[in-house]
Amino acid sequence: MKVLIVEDDVDAAAYLSRGLTEAGHSVDVAGDGETGHEFASGNDYDVLIIDRMLPKKDGLTLINELRNAGKQVPIMVLSALSQVDDRVKGLRAGGDDYLTKPYAFTELLARVEALGRRKQTAEFEAIYRVGDLVLDRLSHTVTRNEEKVLLQPREFRLLEYLMRHAGQVVTRTMLLENVWDYHFDPQTNVIDVHISRLRGKIDKGFSKPLLHTVRGAGYVIRADAD
Amino acid sequence: MPTPTRLFRTTAFKLSLAYLFVIVVLSLGLIAYISSTTARLFDRQLETAIDREIAELNAEYEASSLFKVMRTIGRRAMRPDASVYLVTDFSGNPLAGNVSELMYDPADVSQNVAFPVRYMRFTPGEGEGEEAHRALAKLSVLGGGYRLLVGRDVEDRIEFATIIRRSIRGAIIVVVALGLLSWIFLSRSVLRKVDGVAASSQKIIAGDLARRLPTDGSGDEFDRLAHSVNAMLDEINRLHGGLQEVSQNIAHDLKTPLTRLRNRLEEAMRSPPAADRAPEVLGPAIEECDQLIRTFEALLTIARVESHSTGVTLERTDLSALLEDIAEFYDPAAEDAGMQLNAEIAPGVAIAGEPTLLRTMMANLLDNALKYGASPTGTLDLSLSRAGNEAQIVVRDFGAGVAAADLPRLTDRFVRMDAARTKPGAGLGLAMVKAVVGHHAGALTLENADPGFRVTIRLPVQA
Repeated sequence: MKVLIVEDDVDAAAYLSRGLTEAGHSVDVAGDGETGHEFASGNDYDVLIIDRMLPKKDGLTLINELRNAGKQVPIMVLSALSQVDDRVKGLRAGGDDYLTKPYAFTELLARVEALGRRKQTAEFEAIYRVGDLVLDRLSHTVTRNEEKVLLQPREFRLLEYLMRHAGQVVTRTMLLENVWDYHFDPQTNVIDVHISRLRGKIDKGFSKPLLHTVRGAGYVIRADAD
Repeated sequence: MPTPTRLFRTTAFKLSLAYLFVIVVLSLGLIAYISSTTARLFDRQLETAIDREIAELNAEYEASSLFKVMRTIGRRAMRPDASVYLVTDFSGNPLAGNVSELMYDPADVSQNVAFPVRYMRFTPGEGEGEEAHRALAKLSVLGGGYRLLVGRDVEDRIEFATIIRRSIRGAIIVVVALGLLSWIFLSRSVLRKVDGVAASSQKIIAGDLARRLPTDGSGDEFDRLAHSVNAMLDEINRLHGGLQEVSQNIAHDLKTPLTRLRNRLEEAMRSPPAADRAPEVLGPAIEECDQLIRTFEALLTIARVESHSTGVTLERTDLSALLEDIAEFYDPAAEDAGMQLNAEIAPGVAIAGEPTLLRTMMANLLDNALKYGASPTGTLDLSLSRAGNEAQIVVRDFGAGVAAADLPRLTDRFVRMDAARTKPGAGLGLAMVKAVVGHHAGALTLENADPGFRVTIRLPVQA
């Protein structure tokens, strides 16, 4: 993926750039809002990562201008402001996701990759398939190896989100925000328990598990275990 | 001892000045009204007397002769309060009367209207050089061209007016003097009290936080003010003490994980781990950082919620749906912890709330219950009911509860009971709960339920 980082903190930008490059992405860095605008207008990026507080042109202004100019590219907003209304402002300005500093790099990577692949993923497809696991979004049914799997409504949405991002790492926070719409951090392992229940329903009794735990990052659903 | 310039700057001075002005203006107005009314009354009485005499003399002239009239005038002129009389022939030669000289402005003269004159009284046996008197006079034309002038002396009236003017002047001087005196007295006593307050305040500002403003028990406004300020100082002192404790706790509670973090990093530097062992060595360090970040986030949120500056206004929130959701969310975790979450949630209870904060609050309570509420029966009760205008949320576990002595401290920041020391957490959960409940104008009760621990939250419902 081609990623543009607009961030004035040189250390933070270098850290992000290094991490994303190691993960196999090509990265450009702009140090202020105006340069960011120039870069974003003149190139086709898969994802923009924009800090909220920028010199010369504020992050939210920059996003607004890009959106008004018809740019559809997914945007990740980074901010030190963590209040609910800060997040709402960031998303309302045209951001697609909002991450509060400090963040774990694995969290950022998972979210950026989820954003970048959104274009080619099956957001509008009716049926998701991972191996022999099939989820029908219209009839709300799930089958594994053509056998019906009974899921609670929330379990269905959890599986649906995982399968929409099949092959991508999905973090606990992403699940919390996208499946439950919760923006707090439960101290107990609530998400892990939900996952292990889901796993019990879709993977139990099958020799080839589909739902995997990625240590220190989150979960991934994929057919070819490696 | 207050200096004169300070006396002028006092409120008492301004007040005294204002009162003085009002009183002087009022008295002047009143006196002016009374004296002008009196003067009019006098004039009317004079005119009536003059008219009567003219009528009498006229009647006498008509009935008998000019001579008779002159005799009557002569007789009347002998009286001590005699009127002024003058009878002249048609060419103006005096024929009878009691004036030696008469001065008036001919322009003022017209029949039957009183006009002012000045005259010299003709008194037999007394020499000239007498002063001219002022009088009000009327002119009447008798038959045969004789003219009759009758007037009344007005010197008394003028003297009366002079006396009134003098007394006004005297009264104003007395009023002003009294005003000045009361101002000096008031200012000095007020200044003395204010100086006392200012001196105490200065000492408090200088750091003597235990000092209080002087009170004299008189119950006057200064005393009441001093009592209020003292109560405020007590409260500030209490908050200040709390703040100090919090900062000390923060320093302590952040130092401990920072020390652990530093130790780990130092160890990693001393004997760098092999690449495959790096997560094992550095993973806990990162986890330590994450815990620190969470602690900071929680502290910031509590501070923002407590200062009511979250920037989000309360919106209508379906509390029933919110709790159903949370109960469903926590149900598997409870089961995993060997507990059965019994949710009894009354439908359709709505409050004015901030959903994210309410969810955080519930998550903290349920996290706590899962961590500390383990029991043989393994039950965890969550209920929402509506009682009158209050929504009541109860979270109750059947675990060991907390020591009675610890109950009042539970909602303080960084307070962790002995049982909690071995479990993860920063001791901010209930502090957060308290802040959120306060933000929603609710009431929080924490109590041992024997067995177990019960948290009750009452929030005002929205119709």
